Amino acid sequence: MNIYVLVKRTFDTEEKLVVSGGQIQEDGAEFIINPYDEYAIEEAITVRDAHGGEVTVVTIGDEEAEKQLRTALAMGADKAVLINTEDDVEEMDQFTAAYILAEYLKDKEADLILAGNVAIDGGSGQVGPRVADLLDINYVTTITSLEIEGETVKIVRDIEGDAEELETSLPLLVTAQQGLNEPRYPSLPGIMKAKKKPLEELELDDLDIDEEDVEAKTETIEVYLPPKKQAGRILEGEIPSQVSELVSLLRSEAKVI
Amino acid sequence: MSKKVLVLGETREGALRNVSFEAIAAAKKISGGREVVAVLLGEAVSEFGNELIAYGADRVITVEHPHLKSYTSDGYGQAFMAVVDQEQPEAIVFGHTAVGKDLSPKIASKLQTGLISDVTDIEGEGADAVFIRPIYSGKAFEKVKLKEDGVVFISVRPNNIAPLEREERSGDVSSLSVDITNLRTIIKNVVRKSAEGVDLSEAKVIIAGGRGVKSKDGFEPLQELADLLGGAVGASRGACDADYCDYSLQIGQTGKVVTPDLYIAAGISGAIQHMAGMSNSKVIVAINKDPEANIFKVADYGIVGDLFDVIPLLTEEFKKVM
Repeated sequence: MNIYVLVKRTFDTEEKLVVSGGQIQEDGAEFIINPYDEYAIEEAITVRDAHGGEVTVVTIGDEEAEKQLRTALAMGADKAVLINTEDDVEEMDQFTAAYILAEYLKDKEADLILAGNVAIDGGSGQVGPRVADLLDINYVTTITSLEIEGETVKIVRDIEGDAEELETSLPLLVTAQQGLNEPRYPSLPGIMKAKKKPLEELELDDLDIDEEDVEAKTETIEVYLPPKKQAGRILEGEIPSQVSELVSLLRSEAKVI
Repeated sequence: MSKKVLVLGETREGALRNVSFEAIAAAKKISGGREVVAVLLGEAVSEFGNELIAYGADRVITVEHPHLKSYTSDGYGQAFMAVVDQEQPEAIVFGHTAVGKDLSPKIASKLQTGLISDVTDIEGEGADAVFIRPIYSGKAFEKVKLKEDGVVFISVRPNNIAPLEREERSGDVSSLSVDITNLRTIIKNVVRKSAEGVDLSEAKVIIAGGRGVKSKDGFEPLQELADLLGGAVGASRGACDADYCDYSLQIGQTGKVVTPDLYIAAGISGAIQHMAGMSNSKVIVAINKDPEANIFKVADYGIVGDLFDVIPLLTEEFKKVM
């Protein structure tokens, strides 16, 4: 089976955000594989181990993203592709990313493409379904279970807390929700092997893409931090009197009840 | 320049979702006075048309088909694109719901346009509208606009944009016949896991429990308070991992992002991943035995104490005044 995983390098969850000049400052920050993409990588490896084939992880970014690709290879992916847009693309949005990925994937005859259901930085959740639409293949988002039996694919997906059971077929793009699996940590032998696995680097030219074709459709004007919350009030006294004070504050001061 | 706007209306458990009224309010801002047309897709949905008009839609178009009984991206995609072809809108508004999240990128891709997802606020009107959305799980915000002329397409996060006042108005509810074919996904079954009644992502009041809840039964006093206040129960990842409740209740970076009017965190320490899912709530109350717990840093009001003492007292106190 020919399996592709779309991966994004994101800020570490624990990082404190610093904004200056209307932009997030990235200097010195730790980066990770987007946590939802880790579920996608794990599932791809599991499917390959059960059905045979090859797992290729693909990302868009600059050379820094090699680190996350190596981690995916160490987890067990077979090949990695970095589409390096550093020199060609100034502003990227979901349209840009999907267009580039679809151009890369269009002649790959992928049976299964996996991605995270959302990236924890931008949080739009658009790129997966957009890629599927451009490739004219079916997609299922926020999946929590995947079973492939011959041509039939049985999926459970999370819809706002409820579990929807459905059937579809390959070729298919799915996006991973928490609960799909427990991503493995790269083992030491895995890390050693990963160093020798192929990591291909491509630029837009290699994909016959004009810079104008991938110009972003949206524009971020400003990034800012939410206003600092005033320190809250810790109530004092006996618990019953704190509780009645709280109820009256919620009614008269906060006016939410 | 004013814009003609299409809004996708959504139903759940036989009623329109609040987010549909909020989407109409957003559409009104973008329209700058032009027509707002609501779209309803389903097996039998025309009965909801007038309610959308009461909340501000000028006109409603329904597409009814047996294949639209359950949502599939193919079925809804074909139906919605047929409406787009007929109406030629200059803007589209969806709710950022399970359906909205799944369908909007497909429609945006077909229209080759930008899509601004998960919008929580709109500045300006008509062509000058700028959209505000949380990034980094709510740790920061960005202001985004469409770069060039094209269809303005946004999805709005539930519970953030105030709906318009309901008033009796009249407007046309018409149906469009669409041939829905070649569905590549077959829905077999939906297993209900979320609690009956109030939807967590749309709840005005959320009572959330963490590890401090200690057991499945420990959620009962939280549920009682939630029922009294017409709210929903949520949980931290810690409580879900410990199997005190289903993952469908999880609030946080993985899990749901919520913005209720009132968020009561009971026995939740306040891991950064949890805060990412609730820190934009309007008013936060923290109840925790540990005075050093992180959750007090984002709380508007805090009570240092055992949730099993505080929550039942709180329920009693609310009963007295409501």
